[in-house]
Amino acid sequence: MTIDSLIDTPSELTNSAGSSKCAIVLMTRVRLARNLAGRAFPGWAGADQRADVLAICRDAVSAAPQMKRSVDVGVTDLNELQKQILVERHLISRELSGSKSGSGVVINKDQTFSVMINEEDHLRIQVLRAGFQLKKAWSAINELDTALEERLDYAFSPQLGYLTACPTNLGTGMRASAMMHLPALVISGQMEKVVRAVNQLGMVVRGLFGEGSDASGSIFQISNQTTLGEPEEEIIKRLQSVLQSIIEHELNARQKLLEADSRKLFDKIGRAYGILQNSHVLNSAEAMNLLSLLRLGIDLQIFPETCRPVIDRLFIEAQPGHIQHAVNHDLEAGERDSTRASRLREEFARFPIPTFTTNGNN
Amino acid sequence: MPSPLKCDFCTKSATVHLTQIVNNKVHKVDLCEECAQAKGVTDPNGFSLADLLMKASLNNEPVVASGVRCEQCGFTQADFKKHGRFGCPQCYQTFSGVIEPMLGSMHKGTAHTGKVPLRALNRRSLSERLSKLEGELDEAIKSERYEDAARFRDEILQVKQAFEPKPAGGR
Repeated sequence: MTIDSLIDTPSELTNSAGSSKCAIVLMTRVRLARNLAGRAFPGWAGADQRADVLAICRDAVSAAPQMKRSVDVGVTDLNELQKQILVERHLISRELSGSKSGSGVVINKDQTFSVMINEEDHLRIQVLRAGFQLKKAWSAINELDTALEERLDYAFSPQLGYLTACPTNLGTGMRASAMMHLPALVISGQMEKVVRAVNQLGMVVRGLFGEGSDASGSIFQISNQTTLGEPEEEIIKRLQSVLQSIIEHELNARQKLLEADSRKLFDKIGRAYGILQNSHVLNSAEAMNLLSLLRLGIDLQIFPETCRPVIDRLFIEAQPGHIQHAVNHDLEAGERDSTRASRLREEFARFPIPTFTTNGNN
Repeated sequence: MPSPLKCDFCTKSATVHLTQIVNNKVHKVDLCEECAQAKGVTDPNGFSLADLLMKASLNNEPVVASGVRCEQCGFTQADFKKHGRFGCPQCYQTFSGVIEPMLGSMHKGTAHTGKVPLRALNRRSLSERLSKLEGELDEAIKSERYEDAARFRDEILQVKQAFEPKPAGGR
């Protein structure tokens, strides 16, 4: 499979037919950091050592049953647009996309698994699932990891666990995260409070694209901060309960907004619908925020549930890389905004009309 | 009178004082204006707490064996201060005096209790056992203990068979 056909294949996140969608958790991700014993970590290794590790890992990864019919590509063989698209689909990190030669990625066909090679660690194994599926994601990645271990000698210490380039990933090497859509907490100005509480529980809140990214579209990534001292299942369980309580807070915030003044909320959603149907210049942050309001509209039964996959797909397809890919050439930021607007006008011309009922709150 | 607090990263006086609670442990960091900016502490979108704590506690540690180099990869403690990452897996042993005191504040515990790569460890212990048996076989032949030699040879065969990859799910 080539990278171009992969990009044109619906992914776990852009596939409208996907079931198991969840109102608040858009997607779940678990990644494991692994290294080969007796070899320098990628950031310290020389070009030859990096090339060796890449070759060894590529062989092992492509041989795993989970990675049948996958794309296996070196970072330097990807053009800027391809890299950007993979970042927007959360299949590679920004760090990998900017790395020098001797790095690569293997991605399976439905884009649920991706294995980055020579990112910060020799291996960054990742699984992505639409919706709230932490346990399933963990068991899927656990199996892939075990399959890789069949062929690779991991750097492991009985005392410290899996040895990683950065001590903050030591132990399980696991970062489990959920992408959450929290519009009501944002609208009611409670996000800061939530972030603080979540931090105290040993979890981290970030924007849509990880560290340092903004939270446009009211989408936040919540993950475990620590990796050593607890078994993986325990970390997953703790994260699960933190996510559950964030979901409850979000639902409460929605209820309060509706009770306080449902017209205000309906007005926001109705205007977002109008802009998406009629705008001619739309940057990606604004597009994300409008899509977020429509997604909230679906949760409040203003739009039918069948519209949810459309919005979730557009969250990704409204990103700059995907917009340029759709028209098949590079665009200046200004052109991009008008192309984005016209693509969204097309999508929303077919979108059902909102039905606002004051008792339709859930 | 107490002298004004110094920045944890440089020698300037600290004007930013940060207290955070992680896993019910209090962590305090004092920074000057410039370092606070540089470390992203003033960024409302948050900063990497673990990184900061790690580097701060690293600086506060008395210099442990400062001239030490990792035998495997040539990494030094100064490199670790600079990059915040290690050079190779062996570094964890080389710099255990530096890293171990930091782990308590960085993580929930200091001992791994999660997944163990059974297959890889099994392979390693089998290969260690194999080289030990081969040594014993040589010894037995040299000293003409042929009965022992035959026994070692059989054991070596058994270990080699265990090495053969089993069909999937055979663990």
